[in-house]
Amino acid sequence: MTLRLMEGTEAIAEAAILSGCRFFTGYPMSSFTKLLEHFAQKLPENNGVCINAESEIEGINMTIGAASTGARAATGSCGQGLALMQEAIAEAALNETPLVIFNMARNQQDYFQATRGGGWGDYRTITLAPKDVWEAVEHTQLLFHLADLYRAPVLLYGDDLIAKTQVGVEIEAREFGTLPDKNWALDGKLSGTGKSRVTWTFAWGKHNTPGLRADKHWRNIAAKFDAINNIEARWEQQYTDDAEIVVVAFGTVAKFVESVVEELRTKGHAIGFFRPITLWPFPNDALEQATNSVRRVLVFELNAGQMIDDVKLSVADKTKVQGIGGVSVHDSGLSYGDLLSAQSILTRIEEIITGDKK
Amino acid sequence: MNYIATNAPPAEKSKLVANSHSPLLQTTEHHFCAGCGEPVGIRILLEALSELSLVDGSIGVVGHGCYGGAVTTIDVDILQCLHGRAPSCATGIKRMRPESTVFTIQGDGDMVNEGLQEVLHTAARGENITCVLFNNGVFGDTGGQMTTTSVIGQRTKNSINGRDPAAHGFPIHISNLIASLEGSAYVARGAVHKAGAIAKTKRMLKRALSLQQQGAGFTMVEILTMCPTGWFVPVSEGGDYMADSMEKIYPVTVLKNIA
Repeated sequence: MTLRLMEGTEAIAEAAILSGCRFFTGYPMSSFTKLLEHFAQKLPENNGVCINAESEIEGINMTIGAASTGARAATGSCGQGLALMQEAIAEAALNETPLVIFNMARNQQDYFQATRGGGWGDYRTITLAPKDVWEAVEHTQLLFHLADLYRAPVLLYGDDLIAKTQVGVEIEAREFGTLPDKNWALDGKLSGTGKSRVTWTFAWGKHNTPGLRADKHWRNIAAKFDAINNIEARWEQQYTDDAEIVVVAFGTVAKFVESVVEELRTKGHAIGFFRPITLWPFPNDALEQATNSVRRVLVFELNAGQMIDDVKLSVADKTKVQGIGGVSVHDSGLSYGDLLSAQSILTRIEEIITGDKK
Repeated sequence: MNYIATNAPPAEKSKLVANSHSPLLQTTEHHFCAGCGEPVGIRILLEALSELSLVDGSIGVVGHGCYGGAVTTIDVDILQCLHGRAPSCATGIKRMRPESTVFTIQGDGDMVNEGLQEVLHTAARGENITCVLFNNGVFGDTGGQMTTTSVIGQRTKNSINGRDPAAHGFPIHISNLIASLEGSAYVARGAVHKAGAIAKTKRMLKRALSLQQQGAGFTMVEILTMCPTGWFVPVSEGGDYMADSMEKIYPVTVLKNIA
């Protein structure tokens, strides 16, 4: 195995290109900027195109165009830029165009944006939240597969730490199984044959080849996301078999929580750890089972309380659920604040343990 | 004096002397209002594609307006995109399929109101696509509201006493803006209210599509189209009304044509 030292954004760009990504757009924005720079450098060397989009709205619409031809295409930004893309994410979900979108988020305040979305219509976005650069490399490749498998826009919820951390990485192509043919891809080869195609959220089809039209099409879309919800949930859990307390966290923050839980285990506390890897679909059933016999479910997230809603929807007795995170950003607004430290997390969990003993 | 007797069946059966159907339509049924200029614009675009033998491999990107419903009829692979974003979507398509002839269809509301940024940047980048603008100075699909290309004095449902610069600002001359950008290779403004104008506009479309094939850069044809319904004028007066109002502000001409 040959490890190469590279920062997260470079590793993600390489993983995407290895997955066959041939088109990327972006608009510089911290913590995303370096991802754009790496694609701008690497894609032209790999028979691809990277466009420095004049806005996030233009960028994602260019990406929809590229993906509509069957090419693997991606875009990205931080949460602020993804806010501008919401209309187009919904569009891609409803006209069934596969896209990969990288949110190199500044913090964890985009959970609702990722899992609820701000577009129109009944759609969801598969969202993977890696805990480190290595997992981001794997998730990037998986996301291109899932986008094509389900013909849907999918999200990577990365962050400032993943973007900037340098680690030794080996990027190997992964296999995820066969995919259906892209017979929907627009190549112009059916133009003038009487069998030409149209890609449209309303699914009217053509006169000669009528589509399902809006009502049936949107029911099918809803059924598809319902099926994904039952299939694609991913999670990681540790020490939940005998735990009295389970701490739930996602993304890089979960890696801090995991180390604190390890430390508390060595001190003899019956504590466990649960990390949703997919934020949507949220691993409701797995979390319910993991927390059935616990005393408390603590949620550590660096926002005002967003994922906790999904935790409460999963845990049978929601009175057990308590948030122990909070808003914590660097004063620049561009990255995490002081609360992201093993010591802070340890202190907050120990306060709960001590309180319970009184 | 020769005349055709109408009190008896004709001596000979009638016969088709010319097929007047547009090429590249899956059906001749349509949903456009009487007197609308858009079907004429679509027809000459499709004729231009056919006559230049550019149909195979052609891909259209269509925005939202009355013309949008024609995506079910036009026999070309089409991406029906978000309002205003057609030039961006077409950019992605053309970059991935440079051998394809890629065109967009937008109205003035779509291109100049909602999508001004997209079309300007796409032109400035010199994307090798052809954008077609149907400019009727009104939101026809929603029933006759002011767009940014409505002319001064034009009465619409939300400028009921006429477009007043003090309240509504001034019209945007989009083709002139685009012609000023280095990335544009060909920019022309045609119209479809008279036979001569239709023939001239078709030549513009052919020139634009030919230049795209040559990789010349961004090409655009603005087509002034009648909208009697949205202008609240009788169908038979649509053409004259357009000549008296829009055409005076937006003259039919080739604004840019690289040698």
